[in-house]
Amino acid sequence: MSDTLLKVRDLKIGATVYPPGEKPHDIEIVHGVSFDLAPGKVLGLIGESGAGKSTIGLASMAYGRGGVEITGGEVWVNGRDIMKSSLGDVRNLRGGEVTYVSQSAAASFNPAKKIMDQVVEAAVEHKKFSRKEAEARARELFAKLGLPDPDNIGNRYPHQVSGGQLQRCMTALALCPEPDLVVFDEPTTALDVTTQIDVLMAIKEAIADTGVAALYITHDLAVVAQVSDDIMVLRMGDTVEYGNTDQIINNPQEEYTQALVSVRSIEHEEKQPTSEPVLSVDGITARYKGLNFDVLHNVNVELHPGQTLAVVGESGSGKSTLARVITGLLPPRDGEITFAGRKLSSDLAGRSREDLRELQMIYQMADVAMNPRQTVGTIIGRPLEFYFNMRGAEKHKRVVELLDEIELGEKFIDRYPAELSGGQKQRVCIARSLAAKPKMIICDEVTSALDPLVADGILKLLLDLQKIEDVAYLFITHDLATVRAISDSIAVMYQGRVVRYGPKSQVLSPPFDDYTDLLLSSVPEMHLGWLEEVVAHRKMESAGN
Amino acid sequence: MHPIIKLVSQRLALGLLLLFGASALIFGLTEALPGDAAQAVLGQSATPEALANLREEMGLNRPALTRYFEWLGGIVQGDLGQSLTNKLDIAESIGKRLGNTLFLACVAAIVSVPLAIFLGLLAVRYRNRWPDKLISAITLTTVSIPEFLIGYVVIYYVSVKLGWFSSLAMINDSMSFGQKLNAIALPAFVLTLVVLAQMMRMTRAAILNLMQSAYIETAELKGLSTFQVIARHAFPNAISPIVNVVMLNLAYLVVGVVVVEVVFVYPGMGQYLVDAVTKRDVPVVLACGVVFAAVYIGLNMVADIVSILANPRLRHPK
Repeated sequence: MSDTLLKVRDLKIGATVYPPGEKPHDIEIVHGVSFDLAPGKVLGLIGESGAGKSTIGLASMAYGRGGVEITGGEVWVNGRDIMKSSLGDVRNLRGGEVTYVSQSAAASFNPAKKIMDQVVEAAVEHKKFSRKEAEARARELFAKLGLPDPDNIGNRYPHQVSGGQLQRCMTALALCPEPDLVVFDEPTTALDVTTQIDVLMAIKEAIADTGVAALYITHDLAVVAQVSDDIMVLRMGDTVEYGNTDQIINNPQEEYTQALVSVRSIEHEEKQPTSEPVLSVDGITARYKGLNFDVLHNVNVELHPGQTLAVVGESGSGKSTLARVITGLLPPRDGEITFAGRKLSSDLAGRSREDLRELQMIYQMADVAMNPRQTVGTIIGRPLEFYFNMRGAEKHKRVVELLDEIELGEKFIDRYPAELSGGQKQRVCIARSLAAKPKMIICDEVTSALDPLVADGILKLLLDLQKIEDVAYLFITHDLATVRAISDSIAVMYQGRVVRYGPKSQVLSPPFDDYTDLLLSSVPEMHLGWLEEVVAHRKMESAGN
Repeated sequence: MHPIIKLVSQRLALGLLLLFGASALIFGLTEALPGDAAQAVLGQSATPEALANLREEMGLNRPALTRYFEWLGGIVQGDLGQSLTNKLDIAESIGKRLGNTLFLACVAAIVSVPLAIFLGLLAVRYRNRWPDKLISAITLTTVSIPEFLIGYVVIYYVSVKLGWFSSLAMINDSMSFGQKLNAIALPAFVLTLVVLAQMMRMTRAAILNLMQSAYIETAELKGLSTFQVIARHAFPNAISPIVNVVMLNLAYLVVGVVVVEVVFVYPGMGQYLVDAVTKRDVPVVLACGVVFAAVYIGLNMVADIVSILANPRLRHPK
């Protein structure tokens, strides 16, 4: 075996784009990237969306997603230039020498086939093992990855196991053919923090046990710091910085890397509660139609004018359901909601236009929350027409004011959503909700789909606007860093209950209840060896009990 | 109860309800037509007295609702009534002809369904290249030409010019299976051409849609060949839409076969129905209508049930 498993030299990757109203043309996504990976080592590729990190990972399998093509440079795997290999050789490489773990195992498993069939398929296809041997190996991997009932879990269908379990099954799928290299493409990004930590540890141990090399692709520097030997920071298809993990984390040279490494730049002083809350939620219990259990149990929270209440919890904790109840989309079974001094009707039909105007919402997916065929001006102007009957020059003036407030400016007024970046789209959604002059805005995971630096900008904007407009935010999120950055008070939700509630300083200070402790300690920290420390700490605790 | 059993029994109940509705609609519509069975038997020149007498005799004076339930009761017991023209038992005549029609439809289906699915897979494999375009062009051409025209063109070239097959698709009980197949080769061919396009296009569209899925990428990254990816990973998920369009076309093979049967003088349901309509033989028309409705609803119900069974989430609940 040569001492370099994967050698990438001056890799250039391009694609044809079809912008609306323009002629299709070729663009370059990756502009000459080079790196080496030795057997058994882990290289972290890190960057924001559009950095080309997934594209580079897939290029090591000679694969281009949706019309993406390698346009220049060399990719050597095990001493062979895969760009010059025949189609048959490339097929043997894929699934045999190099395997892939995707971000969403739920989408990457075929819903119509049993997990075992899919896990052993590549190993059998490439004649690495007989079907029987492959199954035995898969069961071993299931056990190694900490899956429950490893002997039988392969007989299940993908929808019968949880998201975290499926992500481990995907890792087993990648390791089953005994590859030399595994490409991990954001393998824990879609998971809750408490699940992420287990999957991360499982992946790390599996890499160490099998001696496989890995490309670990992620946007989360704290995560990659836990698993990789070297890190390459990418931005817009260029290498920003490339070095060993210790150097990148503890001594970053480039400004961009420093921005990624430094924790959130936002400082937010906690405000004291006022006398009269703008929103009070009293004893809300709710369930969805057709379900025979409650998804919210006796929820009580208050939000004061001009302040931010962060509702934090993992998927399934009921935080979005709470938003549905407050907006009137889901009438509760019990309890009531008081808003701006008046009792709100439990269902949407019973609410006045004034109720609707004063309670606005911003969503996670900005691009599906806007009509793609309307311009930014029309989108922001709509609430002005609807609530204030504004027309013509008056409306135009107000739209421009709002565009200035969200730091975009008048030049955006005739653009379509498709022409905006993710962060710009979210800004337009913010402007639309502000146009109604609301007393309160529900922000449902508004920064979850954005890159960290862009998200940072959005949070800053929201805080600035809060000062100007004196609007209250009910901020729903799973991200504790976001909570720290912007909230005045916090409600921690778990399985439909508020398990911890109070001013920020109090909620985030010990002593913690078990769940909050688990949640807080699961957030990856930007120092080497954090993962081992947490896992060792937890093992000690459980041994002590 | 297992959700599958619940869903399937719901479908069955719904099918029966639909069939009941269809029978009421068929009866109601023939009722609404001007003239009745008595008029049909006696002809245009009948005297009012003769008509009145016959109506009394046939029980046509009683309320429509009573007659409907009598008729429905008969159907449930397998009694479809008597033909007005030849006084023969309709159930018996239909039984034989339905058998012939089903035979023709089956032969056409056995050829067309696998062929359509295979062509669909092939079109996906060579998407937007010449094999795909050729397959689409040919099937769309044949589906766009009226079937009677295809029928006559085929008769002209294959049986008149080349003399390979008889232009008349007459079959009877004394013929061997091979002779029967030989006799119906031409109508089966024409029917195949008619139904091929829709099934092939649907297979292509359903699978192309799935080819965007993340699990197809997973399969490609396992190093499988394109055809393996399509057949092993895309096809099992495309069963539901494909079965639906296949059943729709099978129903068409039974119900829409009328024109082709007439062109080839084939003794099936189509011929029988056309004869009955020209002779204003209302009970026969009613019976044919109900049989067609039953076939249509039955096949679509089968499609629904197969779709339910093909869904792993329903087959293997959490």
